[in-house]
Amino acid sequence: MTSVHRNGVDLVSAAKKDCEGGRVRPETEGGGKLRLIFEGRFDSQSTGRLWPEVAQLLSQSKPKHLTVDAKRVDYCDGAAIALLLWLRRQQEKNKGEFAIEGLREEFVRLMEMLEPQAVEHARKKLGFVRGIVEGLGGVAVNLCRDLYAQITFTGEITAALCRVMIRPRTMRWKDAFIVAESAGANAFGIVSLIGFLFGLILAFQAAIPMREFGAEIFVADLVSLSLFRVMGPLLTAIILAARSGSAFAAELGTMKVNEEIDALTTMGLNPVRFLAVTRVTAAMVVTPLLAVFANLFGLLGAGGVMVSLGFAPVTYFNQVVAAVDVGDFFGGLVKAVVFGLLVGSIGCLRGLQTGAGSRAVGTSATRAVVSGIVLIVIAEGVFAVLFYFLGI
Amino acid sequence: MVNKTQPIITVENLTAAYEDNVILEDISFEIFPGEVFIVLGGSGCGKSTLLKHMIGLYKPLVGRIVIEGTDIVTAGETQRHELLRKFGVMYQSGALFGSMTVNENIRLVLEEFTSLPDELMDLICTMKLKLVGLEAAGNMMPSELSGGMKKRAAMARALTLDPDIVFLDEPSAGLDPITSAQIDQLILHLARSLRLTFVIVSHELSSIFAVADRVVMLDKHTKNIVAAGPPAELRDSSDNPWVRRFFNREAPTNLKH
Repeated sequence: MTSVHRNGVDLVSAAKKDCEGGRVRPETEGGGKLRLIFEGRFDSQSTGRLWPEVAQLLSQSKPKHLTVDAKRVDYCDGAAIALLLWLRRQQEKNKGEFAIEGLREEFVRLMEMLEPQAVEHARKKLGFVRGIVEGLGGVAVNLCRDLYAQITFTGEITAALCRVMIRPRTMRWKDAFIVAESAGANAFGIVSLIGFLFGLILAFQAAIPMREFGAEIFVADLVSLSLFRVMGPLLTAIILAARSGSAFAAELGTMKVNEEIDALTTMGLNPVRFLAVTRVTAAMVVTPLLAVFANLFGLLGAGGVMVSLGFAPVTYFNQVVAAVDVGDFFGGLVKAVVFGLLVGSIGCLRGLQTGAGSRAVGTSATRAVVSGIVLIVIAEGVFAVLFYFLGI
Repeated sequence: MVNKTQPIITVENLTAAYEDNVILEDISFEIFPGEVFIVLGGSGCGKSTLLKHMIGLYKPLVGRIVIEGTDIVTAGETQRHELLRKFGVMYQSGALFGSMTVNENIRLVLEEFTSLPDELMDLICTMKLKLVGLEAAGNMMPSELSGGMKKRAAMARALTLDPDIVFLDEPSAGLDPITSAQIDQLILHLARSLRLTFVIVSHELSSIFAVADRVVMLDKHTKNIVAAGPPAELRDSSDNPWVRRFFNREAPTNLKH
């Protein structure tokens, strides 16, 4: 093996010695005294390897006096200092004595710098039962706070919308059109595609059992009524919640993180009026329009299935016209307006509730989608009962 | 220059907290018209928290913040809005609206609070941008601006309605020395020529010595003011060794403060 020398030191054997890492040799002395002789290089790797060995020695011998002999220690990093501090704490816990001998000056200084101070307000460890009770209490308080925030936001947004209706000039129409374009016009493709596929799948699935009874023509009734009364507005609202509700939350959340919302407030501009009203209005306008397209493309998809089953397009058309009345059509549109209001509002609320940091923006977007979909389904249930009693 | 008869801002026994965590305790001071007043202290001592309480973003646990005779804590909606129009705020990040150009950012308050014709609003935008040396950046988006340009644009926006008081949160943090010096000059120029009152949160020593008439120094351990007065006086003759160390950029010997 070749050797490389510099200043009289064999660098190869020095490097080899370094790689070998540290060693700990125990020496038991009488009267409950234990001496641990540390030798070589103590880095995170060798310390990690030696730690269990040292811990076992300590638990077996439980010395009254532990001395660490560090005269032959070449190198110490944070991990080795942690091991020394841990040994000292173990001895303190076991009411034993502890001493370090021969540790080089620079490592003593490192130890002083790294030694953690007692934290003043250390978090109290709770018992299991108390932890569960406190956790449940925390969840309940957060739920109540969220409910309170939703109620106050509903009040604020209603007041702001009423103000806009009384004085339409106070609305920032330019901003509302931009939002309507991105939430509405840009969503036309996806809403149409989902509507078309939904109509096609529903018609196809319905046609198989109905063929058993020779009632395939009523597939047109089933699909058109489902689409106009429930599925058209519902599908549109869910797409809107996923696409625009999350976008509203992320946009407003980023503004909150960047202090733009604070800037608006200190300029004397109400963020709800300035940011939320435009978005909610745009959502309320575009949702029924998109629902109309979802219905139309759903009927086209179902029409394709009906034609493939051997029905003439005009027969299918007449069946749809006979099945759906004006109440079904407008009932669906009213639902769509309410869904738009819910999706827009919850998206803006979650955005304005964003905490600090970029992760909070992601959380707000997720919360906007989840809360939006939950609210849509609840509203759908309320509408189902309401329409039943109104005979619509 | 500074009118010391009647304070423009009075903070009385302010205690501020985030939930259970008290940040500032029983703070009192006064700021006079035309003064460049700096709130300083180490990281995490509550400088920005104090600023956000002074501009009414947060409500204090206890205490009063009286600005031009109105307590911002208890003011009604109308009074509060009137008060907000008397001051401009520049945030640490600039907080320019990212979806608007620099001109639109400045025009926004004019559109909302005045009925000036479009042409005049454009002229005001150009004037405010010229004041901060950014007349060529009016049509740029905030994302196209450098850090220093963003801060200057934000200052132009804060000055749009010719406020009496300007609050600046870390105006020269993260800027190169030349841009930082330009901002200092701008502050001095505005304070001396337009007699504006500046309340600045900062821990940039060079800026503090360049612009401050008076400072208050917060301490995170006592949660209170440890020193108040002109910065040079505090540097040279403060009784508190920590204050002297702060102004002389000396690290504590035991690294444990």
